[in-house]
Amino acid sequence: MQPKPLRAKESEPLPMDPAAVDERIRTLIEPFNKKGVEITDATTFQNDLEFDSLTVMDFVAEIEDEFDVIISMNQQAEIENYGQLVAAVHKLQDS
Amino acid sequence: MTENATATVERADLFAKFDPIIQTRETLLASGVEDPYNLVMEKVLSPTRAICNGRDTILLGTYNYMGMTFDPDVLDAGKQALADYGSGTTGSRVLNGTYQGHKECEDALKEFYRMDHAMVFSTGYQANLGIISTIAGKGDYIVLDIDSHASIYDGCAMGKAEIVPFKHNDIEALEKRLRRIPEGAGILVVLEGVYSMMGDVAPLKEMVAICKKYGAMVLVDEAHSMGFIGENGRGVCEEQGVIDDCDFIIGTFSKSVGTVGGFCVSNHPKFDIMRLVCRPYVFTASLPPSVVATAATSIRKLMHGSNKRAHLWENSKTLHRGLLDLGFELGTDEPQSAIIAVIMPDLQRGAMMWEALLKEGLYVNLARPPATPANMTLLRCSLCAEHSSEEVKTILSMFERAGKATGII
Repeated sequence: MQPKPLRAKESEPLPMDPAAVDERIRTLIEPFNKKGVEITDATTFQNDLEFDSLTVMDFVAEIEDEFDVIISMNQQAEIENYGQLVAAVHKLQDS
Repeated sequence: MTENATATVERADLFAKFDPIIQTRETLLASGVEDPYNLVMEKVLSPTRAICNGRDTILLGTYNYMGMTFDPDVLDAGKQALADYGSGTTGSRVLNGTYQGHKECEDALKEFYRMDHAMVFSTGYQANLGIISTIAGKGDYIVLDIDSHASIYDGCAMGKAEIVPFKHNDIEALEKRLRRIPEGAGILVVLEGVYSMMGDVAPLKEMVAICKKYGAMVLVDEAHSMGFIGENGRGVCEEQGVIDDCDFIIGTFSKSVGTVGGFCVSNHPKFDIMRLVCRPYVFTASLPPSVVATAATSIRKLMHGSNKRAHLWENSKTLHRGLLDLGFELGTDEPQSAIIAVIMPDLQRGAMMWEALLKEGLYVNLARPPATPANMTLLRCSLCAEHSSEEVKTILSMFERAGKATGII
């Protein structure tokens, strides 16, 4: 087994694999999931979770801070469900 | 064959998407309140008085901050231009629509702001739409306050840049986003001096400094502060000492200036190319000669408006203090501008209060979601330098009676 590559700086987080991204976002979404909806990849933010524009802003800000990424409004428009969000964040942290 | 030719295909009614709004409106009107969005002013008596729906009414929701709409010099300039140049230009600024008056209006703006370039648009909405959509292109980033005006959002939507909003007036949230933008991408940060819904002011001093640190260009919309805030009425950016670091200032003639039109002023050496590449500037007719003549005259008078500015501040402080003392909940703890937002518990009671005030003889704006932050219903008051101190007292007594009658206080 290959040893894991050392980080350039201790403060620089390693890019997470999709499962780790999923786990982290699942924790972040909890306070916003007021109705306790079961989260699957197909869960939509607008219809299933009933996020209004303010909730979207706060939730997106949490994710941006956690992963140190930007999710622009253009990108947000393409993200309708939970699975798409995990995939998008995974891709963003790699770039 | 003939049957096929006459057959029609059933399609969805394109208006079906508006059904929820139609429903909300019908429910509100069914309760018997006067329609807040269908008010007619039969006569306008002064910047602060009109006959509205048949009643003599004090106007407290017009954005006519400096009361220039009936200024005799302004009216004379308009009449003269109407006689000399006709009723309209019938053309684009870049073709047959630039008259002497348009140049004089831009000269007045350059002097007012002490900037090298000024460009006049047909409305303030078009100024934001045009400048924002044109200067930020594909691959660039626009970072904007989440509570930005519709014209700013529409400018973003019309362009091809990446749009990144940040929490209202949150300096740290702005900095975090700027820090994360990839190297090499151009950045435009869009801020407002005064936010029109709550009447609060932006921390421009800190924000503009951060923008410069990250190499971003800054556009500040000073629509609600021109003529009033800052020593020379140049806006919040002047008041907070950062006007020289603002790359673009956007403003309007439809508030303190007292007519209609919009503008952008800038010191950018290449700014004039905007006249050829900015579609909302090119593909529309220019302002009528009478309008630019009234605007130029008004702008020049606003340069010497310090007494009026002082009186307007007095009015704002008196109204803010008085409403707090009566027990109303306001958008800001201290008066920060000429806008005072009174927070209503919900749309239904907000509409009742609005109607009660109208029957008292007071007009304010009823602002409701989605135009408002946090889904609030607001009674938005905008003061005028021509409101007398007595009128402000009368306004407060009207608020007291209407507030008690509707159970808001």
